[in-house]
Order: sequence, then C-alpha cells, then structure tokens
Amino acid sequence: MTETPRELTVTSSPHLAGEDSVPRIMHGVWLALLPAAFAAVFVFGYQALVVLLLATLGCVIAEGLMLTLRGFSWKAVGRSLTDGSAIVTGVLLALNLPASSPWWLVLVGALVAMSLGKHLFGGLGNNPFNPALVARVFLLISFPTHMVASAYTPPVAGFGESSEKAAARYEEQVDARSYATPLTALQEAIEKSDPEEARAAIAELRRNYPMWHLFVGNIGGSLGEVSALALLLGALLLFWRRSITWHIPIPLLLAVLLTTGLPWLLAPDSFANPLFHLLSGGLLLGAFFMATDMVTSPVSPRGMVVFGVGIGVITAVIRLWGGYPEGISFAILMMNGAVPLLDKYFKPAKFGAAGRRT
Amino acid sequence: MRRTFARGGVHPPQRKELTSGVAISSPAPPAIVTIPLHQSIGAPARAIVKAREEVACGQLIAEPGGFISAPVHASVSGKVKRIAAFPTSIGPSVECIQIESDGQDTWVPDVNLGASECTAALAKSPEDLLATLAGAGLVGLGGAAFPTAVKLRPPPGGKVDTLLLNGAECEPYLTADHRLMIEEAPGIIAGLRVLMRVLGIERAVIGIEDNKPDAVETMRAAVDEIGGVSVEVCCTAYPQGAEKQLIQAILGREVPSGKLPLQVGVVVQNVATAFAAFEAVVRHKPLIERVVTVSGGAVAEPKNLRVRIGTSLEDLVAHCGGVRGELGKLIMGGPMMGKALKSFDIPVVKATSGVLLMDEVEAAQVDEQACLRCGRCVQVCPQGLMPCDLAAMANHGRLEGFGDGADCVECGCCQFICPAGRRLVHSIRFGKSDYRRLKAAEKRQGA
Ligand code: SF4
Ligand code: SF4
Repeated sequence: MTETPRELTVTSSPHLAGEDSVPRIMHGVWLALLPAAFAAVFVFGYQALVVLLLATLGCVIAEGLMLTLRGFSWKAVGRSLTDGSAIVTGVLLALNLPASSPWWLVLVGALVAMSLGKHLFGGLGNNPFNPALVARVFLLISFPTHMVASAYTPPVAGFGESSEKAAARYEEQVDARSYATPLTALQEAIEKSDPEEARAAIAELRRNYPMWHLFVGNIGGSLGEVSALALLLGALLLFWRRSITWHIPIPLLLAVLLTTGLPWLLAPDSFANPLFHLLSGGLLLGAFFMATDMVTSPVSPRGMVVFGVGIGVITAVIRLWGGYPEGISFAILMMNGAVPLLDKYFKPAKFGAAGRRT
Repeated sequence: MRRTFARGGVHPPQRKELTSGVAISSPAPPAIVTIPLHQSIGAPARAIVKAREEVACGQLIAEPGGFISAPVHASVSGKVKRIAAFPTSIGPSVECIQIESDGQDTWVPDVNLGASECTAALAKSPEDLLATLAGAGLVGLGGAAFPTAVKLRPPPGGKVDTLLLNGAECEPYLTADHRLMIEEAPGIIAGLRVLMRVLGIERAVIGIEDNKPDAVETMRAAVDEIGGVSVEVCCTAYPQGAEKQLIQAILGREVPSGKLPLQVGVVVQNVATAFAAFEAVVRHKPLIERVVTVSGGAVAEPKNLRVRIGTSLEDLVAHCGGVRGELGKLIMGGPMMGKALKSFDIPVVKATSGVLLMDEVEAAQVDEQACLRCGRCVQVCPQGLMPCDLAAMANHGRLEGFGDGADCVECGCCQFICPAGRRLVHSIRFGKSDYRRLKAAEKRQGA
C-alpha cells in the first residue's frame, strides 16, 4: 500500500513552467551589453570604465533605497536587487552618457532613472517609460553642456590600423572639426544656410567618418554609440536567447533606412547616406536594447511592429530636420507613451475571428 | 507534409519516454471500486441499484440523467456496498456507487471479450449503432468527457463531411493513446468505421504528432485497404491535440470563435473513444475500463495500465511500485491541463487519461511577481488572446472588456511561458465565470 504523504500541493493547471524567469532574462540583457561596454572602454579608456561602474552601482543602490522607502520587506528588496533589472538600467544609462561625464552627473542619472523613471510608477513592470532614457533626457535638458560636448578621447588603434596611423587620423579629425560626434557634425552640416557650404560639409563628413570606422568603433559619442559591431554581437545574443524578437528592432531599422534613404536618393549631396544613419549615434543601441525593453513596449506582436516603425520614423525626422542631432531617445520615449493605445488597437487576430472553410 | 496550427503554442518538455515503450498491462480488478455518477459533461446519471444488491460486471447501475448525460456500468462483479458522496476529481463530494468485488469478475451475459470480427456489426443500421454507443456509456476519452452519442447526433441542419480522429496526444508525459494505437490499431480502425457509419460519412482523417512514428506506421498499415481514411502527421507542438487547433492543422479549416467544429463540417473523436466504440459494438462491452498513463518522477515504475473505472489512485499507484522519493504534486490528467489532487483517495473516471506523480523538481513553479508586459503570453496563446490583460481585468474585477476571455481554452500555454510566474489561467478561469454571471445579471435587469 502507498501511504499518503503529507498534504499535497494543490494549484490550478498548468503544472509545468517554462525555463525563463525575470532574472534569467535581465542578466542575459546586461551580459549582451558587455561587448558594447568593452568597446567603450577600448576606445575611451578607463574613464568609460568609471562611468560604467558608477552608473551600475548607482542604479543598484538607488533601487535598494527606493524599495526600502516604499516599505518592502528585506526579502522582497533582496529579490528585486538580484533580479538584474537595476544592473540593466545602470549599464544602459552608462552607455547613454559620454565618457567625460563627471561622477556626480552619473549618480544623479542613476537616482533619476530609479526614482522618476521606475519607482514613481510602482516599480518593475509598471513604469511606462524606459528608466535609463528618462535619466538621459533629464540630464540632457538639465546639464546640456556635459551631455552634448561629448568628450572624445584619442582613439587607440582601430582594427587593422597601426597606432601611428590612428594618431595621424585623430590629429586630422581634431584639426578638421571642433565637434565631437558624427551626428553633431552632420547636424552642423545640415544647418549651414549656404547650400554649397552644406554640401562641402557633408563631403568632409564622409571623409572623416568612413563607414568601416563607424562599424567597428572608431568614433566619438556616448559610450554605447561607438561600436556597431559590438552592439550587433549583443543583439545576436539576445535573439539567440529569445529575449527579443524581430517585431520591434527590424521594422524600426527599416523605417530609419527608408525615411533617411528617400531624401538621400533625391539629393545625395545634401543628405547623409542611410547607412551612415544606421551605424552612427545611438540607433543600434536604441533599436536592440532600449526599444525592446519589455516593460515599456507593446505586448501584442502587431503593436510591436507599429511601435518599431513609429520610433524609426520619429528618429529619422528628428535627425533630418529637428533641433537635436540625435532623436532615438526622444522617439523611444514618445512611443513609450503610445503603448497603451497600441495594445488596445493592435490586438492579435483572435482564432476563428475570420472563420473560413476550405 | 508536417502540419501544425497557425498561431502560438509552446514546447514543454515531453517526458514521454518514461512510458512510451511500456506495453499496456492489465492488473487484476481491485477489491473495491468507487464509481462516480457524474463523470461526463452534462447531467449526472441516476442510480438504479440499491445497497447490498448483487451486480455483474458490465451491468447498468445508473441511467442518464438528462439529454446530455451518459449511463454508468458496474466495473467489477460483486455487491453494492453503499451509495454515498465521496471526494472525486470533479469535486469534494460527488455521489458514487461503491461496489465490493467478489473476485469472480462475472460479466453480464452477452459480452464477448475476445470478439474482433466487425463485419456483422458494421452492417447494422446507424440508428442501432448510435443506440449501442449511447447505451454503453461512451464519453470522449481524451479528457473532455462529452457524451459521445450526443456529439455524433448533430443537430438538424449541421452537415458533417469529415471525422477527425485525434491521436495527437500533445500533453507531456501521456502515452496511453500512443500505446493503444500501437497495440490495438485494428480495433481503433473498426471503431472509426462504426463512428463513420453513424455519421453517414465517407471521409476520416487520423491526426498523429510526429513524435510517435511507430504509431503512425501501425495506423497507416491498419487503414491500408480502407478507402476514404488517411493518417496525417502533424508537428509536435502543444496544444496540437486541442480540437480547434487540430482541425486547423489537419484540415485547414478555422472553426469560428464561439462555434463548434460542426460549423466547419467536422466531428472530432479521440482514438481511445474509437476503440471503446469498437468494444461496445463488437464485444458488447460497456465502457468500464480505460488505459491510464501513470507517470512522473515520483512513481517507482511508470506504466500504462488498463484499469477499471472506479479504481482508487491508491491501488493504481500500488501497481506501479508506489511513490518514489519526494512527491511534489499529484495530478489527474496531463501536466498542462490536468487537475492537482489533495489525496490518493480518489477514483479513476472515464476521463482519466493519466495520473502523474511529479517530484519536487518537476512541480516547481516560477515565483510569482509583477507582470513585466513582456508579451510572451500573447505570442504563445493559440487562441489569439491577450492573456496578461485578461488576467489583469479578472484580478481587478474590471470585466467590461473581458468578452474575448470566453475563447480561452485553458490550455496553459500563457502561464507556461510567463517569466514572471503569473497564475494567468487561474485568473482567467475566475474571470470567465464572473463575466458569465455579470452578463446574466445584466440580462435579468434588461428584461
Ligand atoms: S508573459 Fe507574464 S510577464 Fe509577460 S506579459 Fe504575459 S503575464 Fe506579463
Ligand atoms: S489565454 Fe487561454 S487559450 Fe490563451 S494561452 Fe492562456 S490558457 Fe491558452
């Protein structure tokens, strides 16, 4: 006879659970950001490392602080701190800051991300806007000088480039311009009132930022903007772990390509090549790591596609005609705000909604 | 060609290898059986025997209690001990007839357990065959337990052209249908022909998941000479065996929301039900036993057992060497849609396709935390719903927009995939009944 063991657990079906959990996803995301972080340290040196560590620590500590203030038990605080979400926000924040950021700027950013960005709305799962981006935009508006004049420390030799050559190129670039990032350069070029001058500026831009350098990471900008290659590597990791799907990033990038490609086709001399747009600035970082933030993106696949397209178009429009050189942060935040509507109007098609007989 | 349903679905760990190679065994009938009167969807049956009455195996002991209802038969020979309420898988107190076996296993007269020749039986009129199936107490053996005769008697106006025999068995762990297809293919096909004759149709398709190549082969061999019947292979994906999903996968027809398969000219029956139809018509044997998969990490010898209805899970597990290690959860049915039970003191019923003893690792659930709005539940829902939103509406009692919830088949895909461990199915289930109540109240007020 079987003796009946203690009272058995009774829960409702299903009785199997998949392997993915919030910590597994979140830790996967910051791991996928490591290549980009390495690239940043490689290009900007120890300053970048300091920003990365400060931002991450700052976010984790701020998260603990917020949870404690909100009256959570130690156990709940511990669980939230180890779920990896604060680390993700920290690394993302760092990648959105220039390497020259003073320490206090980074810490203010971390505090803003966790308070205004996350816990004001009720913590993980309830925040409508991406916390790292809330912080970035807050800093951009409050301390524009620190954010825009992205310090550009001399590049170490790029892939397949001798150090003398790198130094020479750097000299040349520093001579040629007083601004830091490719997109700022582009912005200045576009804003030249004399069309002749604008064309000349664009041409110079092409010389200064060969596509290959944009791709492997020999350019200025905030930490996460330097290497498309490193970002794509991380994105591959996310796809492989099924942490993200194509629904947001691919339509987003296509929308940028199309929107920037059309004017370029019409007037190739006055506009930057769409590939330049694709590889420069925070576009790849935004498309693969920030627009895909689960909490602040739609839940329905159709909504995700619309969300991605929306971000892509807004980004391109800001870059082409707006007042800021880079538009991805604003675009993502704007579309974050539209998520409830997208989820409402782009529901999946119900099974049997269009019953047909073959 | 590999077929599958169009949308959603998940791939839970199969764990079928525990029992897929174990032939069905038939242990001796138990000393006592507790047979619930309410075993099918619809009204419970009404007892027609009294305590201390002698009954033979296969004797009618309870009549149908309504149009949608099925009769119940004695599953052992012996003496009725008492008729009283017992805990069952349906509820904590369900009217049951308890029979003490005399150990003789004496059957009612005209049963012929060895018969397999079906030509004569197939010559009978569809009406006679339908009456036999109804009288034998057949219900859907895939787990839904809808009275078979009711399903085969489509309402006037409905035109059926295809019978879809469900051999998908998409629930993890379960291999009862798999073994039955391997061991009893001719019987299943004979039953299939009975069902086709009752429906008056010439076309039937048997759908089997591609994780059972041996069953596909045996069934293909068995249908070889029969025109109009084919075996189709579909992908291993959960819930491939759900009625609407299987119809879409095999026949490419989409049953409209809120409608029955009949709407697209299809009737779906389980392979085990077809076998029971064969036994009822050819062997004159009512539905008093079925094949049950007993499996899981906490059972000593996982097996497929042919057991009498009313056998207690305690006896069932004893035939499998008892509990091994730490038992995490006891489940009747499959792990995705089955029911967790409090004790072993519960009888096997007609709908019991499996009994799972899951160890603590298998039964582990993800800690529940706030919904991340990751959208995975939306991506895997085979019914095209937004489980996260439905569950939130149900939890907060904001039911105005809950209408779509009626389409939820409670397959469990959403909860299985949820990284936040949300108990979505539980919430939606409550939402559905609350919503029905709300609508009924509104109607009353309107009237
Ligand atoms: S899968 Fe879970 S966490 Fe993700 S949206 Fe659905 S309910 Fe929320
Ligand atoms: S909402 Fe219902 S039908 Fe959809 S996955 Fe969840 S349980 Fe299945």
